[in-house]
Amino acid sequence: MSGVGGEIFVDEARELLAEVESALLALERDAEDPELVATLFRALHTLKGSGAMFGFDDIATVAHEMETVFEQVRSGSLAVSAELVDLGLLALDHLRTLVALAAGEAREHPDVVGLLARIGAFSGRSAKGEPLIPAARAIGSDLLRTYRIRFHPPADIFQRGLNPLGFLHELYALGDCLAVVQTGEIPDLQAFDPQRCYLFWDLILTTAADHDAIRDIFIFIEDGCRLNISLIDEEGWPENAADYKRLGEILVERGDLATRDLEQVLRERKRLGESLVEAGLVDSSRVGSALAEQQRIQELRRQRQEGGTAKSLRVNSEKLDQLVDLVGELVTIQARLSQTSLRSHDPDIAAVAEEVERLTWALRDQVLNIRMLPIGTTFGNFRRMVRDLGAELGKEVELVTGGGETELDKTVLERLNDPLAHLIRNCIGHGIESPTERLEAGKSRTGRIQLFASQVGSNVQVQISDDGRGLDSRRIRAQAVASGLLAPEAELNEKELFELIFIPGFTTTAEVTSVSGRGVGMDVVRQAVDGLRATIDIASTPGKGTTFTMELPLTLAIIDGLLVDIGGENFVLPLSAVEECIELKQEERKKSGSRNLVYLREELIPFIRLRERFGIPGEAPEIEQIVIATLEKRRVGFVVDSVVGENQTVIKPLGRLYREARGLSGATILGDGSVALILDLPQLVQMEEIAEDALIGAFAGRKD
Amino acid sequence: MGKRIMIVDDSSSIRALIASALNGQGYDVLEAEDGADALEKLMTQGKSVDMMITDLNMPRMDGINLIERFRKIPGYRFIPVVMLTTESQEEKRRQGKAAGASAWLTKPFKPEQLLGLVRMVLV
Repeated sequence: MSGVGGEIFVDEARELLAEVESALLALERDAEDPELVATLFRALHTLKGSGAMFGFDDIATVAHEMETVFEQVRSGSLAVSAELVDLGLLALDHLRTLVALAAGEAREHPDVVGLLARIGAFSGRSAKGEPLIPAARAIGSDLLRTYRIRFHPPADIFQRGLNPLGFLHELYALGDCLAVVQTGEIPDLQAFDPQRCYLFWDLILTTAADHDAIRDIFIFIEDGCRLNISLIDEEGWPENAADYKRLGEILVERGDLATRDLEQVLRERKRLGESLVEAGLVDSSRVGSALAEQQRIQELRRQRQEGGTAKSLRVNSEKLDQLVDLVGELVTIQARLSQTSLRSHDPDIAAVAEEVERLTWALRDQVLNIRMLPIGTTFGNFRRMVRDLGAELGKEVELVTGGGETELDKTVLERLNDPLAHLIRNCIGHGIESPTERLEAGKSRTGRIQLFASQVGSNVQVQISDDGRGLDSRRIRAQAVASGLLAPEAELNEKELFELIFIPGFTTTAEVTSVSGRGVGMDVVRQAVDGLRATIDIASTPGKGTTFTMELPLTLAIIDGLLVDIGGENFVLPLSAVEECIELKQEERKKSGSRNLVYLREELIPFIRLRERFGIPGEAPEIEQIVIATLEKRRVGFVVDSVVGENQTVIKPLGRLYREARGLSGATILGDGSVALILDLPQLVQMEEIAEDALIGAFAGRKD
Repeated sequence: MGKRIMIVDDSSSIRALIASALNGQGYDVLEAEDGADALEKLMTQGKSVDMMITDLNMPRMDGINLIERFRKIPGYRFIPVVMLTTESQEEKRRQGKAAGASAWLTKPFKPEQLLGLVRMVLV
């Protein structure tokens, strides 16, 4: 247990224990001194309080039990004896060990249970060491309930230094809340005391919190505060909107109107509310409040009725994963059926196969859709982390999020958590400066980290940016050279330098903190990003900040692919990246020589010959196909023998032996049962660039 | 700008814990190690506070005594005072209320609980 004040706790506990020791020893000599007992009592009490606060329950429990013993001494029901002092010293030794344990200096756990038994036997009570920390209350179910709350604060609430608004704010924080202020008890001006509170509130609160959670808000002013909380609606209750109680019924239920008076007025057959106010039976604000309740519940029930389909159902996520697996199998089988039906030339079978294809695709989309979750929940998790980390590092940081409604596949979302946490930690640790540094740089004290998500085509883009000091490319370079990751004469552009921070073991931080500087982190991000078949991009301006941009696939399970053929082997390119396919004739190929460039609508596009890259033997056909893909705003061509067509690609990971294979992101099983490899286009481009740089380097070397 | 909150507790670790939670939310914090220290700081430092959080069991001057005296200082009659108590101090709690405490919080509490309470009383 570390964290804020952890070290202070250990120091303080040791001081207190020293006090306990000297008081115990003094007590042995002078059993009559009440001051000594008081000192012991207070020191143990303080230790109990801080021990519990810092989560050292054993320390708190032992201190509590000893405190109880000295309480008995103080009240005179127990006399000071040599045995008492012995017990005190024994407890002291245990406490010392526990504190050493808390400080991380000891490993052995002392026998707390045995000690408690001895203390219990001594004081004649059973010291069971009951937990001092009350068990956390369950927050209640997810069912939305609506409560009627009448909050009648004590008249002297202002004099007690409290403002009723604070309580209303907390209620609003619990859920959807509607407040009607009641002014009926404000007296005439002559009798009015400005220091007293005459107002009270009727609130209709729709929340998932339970009755106790609501009551807890008022716990601090419980006495003197009149509080009525009643459950008036719950999901699953009568669904008929018009069904809710009538005005008279509500008023009687609230105790604002007597049944007898209600019947009297009802006989007059006017609008009930008006008659009641006219007759002076109920004041108009109470009638208004009851009407508000009626309207609110009717509205709620109507919404529930209309939004019947929007009702959610909780399903174990494992079941969902199984469902996705099954759909994956189904898609594969369906492809086989389509191929078989094509070969059979039987129109009846073809019709059935087509229908199955249509349904399978619809099913696939639906199932994948079920797994989509808004990214906002993940964002929310980081709020706490940002706050705590900022505090730990003495930095002021605020987190701004946007696009929380953007949806991603559940698995992607789960695996995104770690890299996001690393990046945010990195932003706080390296990017954001301390408040003083920021002020000197003419920035606001508080640094800002922005987390934005948006859907871009069939990908989701997540951006993490800070307004900190930015990446120092010179320092990164120096560090990379110093640690032997980079040759001193290597020429890298800024973007390539930034990429270095993803290399395992790379760090620019001199001192190691709990946050950063251990050289682990960014390579974890790279691994996770690769594992998600995502890309990450860094942009940074010195003094202005750094932005990481991740592009993630919507789902990991099934993608739309483009099936191509090279020398009889099948490969799949992710269709989302593909723009178009053009022909590459043999004479064009000869014309371009070794430059591997093609003109397309006034633009020169580089291409990669996959046949060469993968070393596939045999002659290329007369006319090859170039698949033009867009990668990070660049257009790159991939030359294949022929394009087979679109394919529903169920992604299977490559086996362990092939995990290091570059340029491939997985494999899939085709309709005829054969395996096709899925290409990792960004990686292929990267490999080609490296090869080209090496070539240029070799040329340059020869010239000199 | 930020509201100032006085923390009175003889445990420096608890003071540190509370102070860090409050600082994290932009509150200004004034620390005192017991009732006498608190009164002295209030009188001599010329800084006014918007709220006080005090432990009850303290050497020199305890929390209840402090609350009583605090309430008599001009301008502090309506300032919220939260007392920190332990489970077993029901009688103390009652005395504290009588002395003018606005609310109480039972140790051990989580920093979020304290922040919730502070938010509530410091509207």
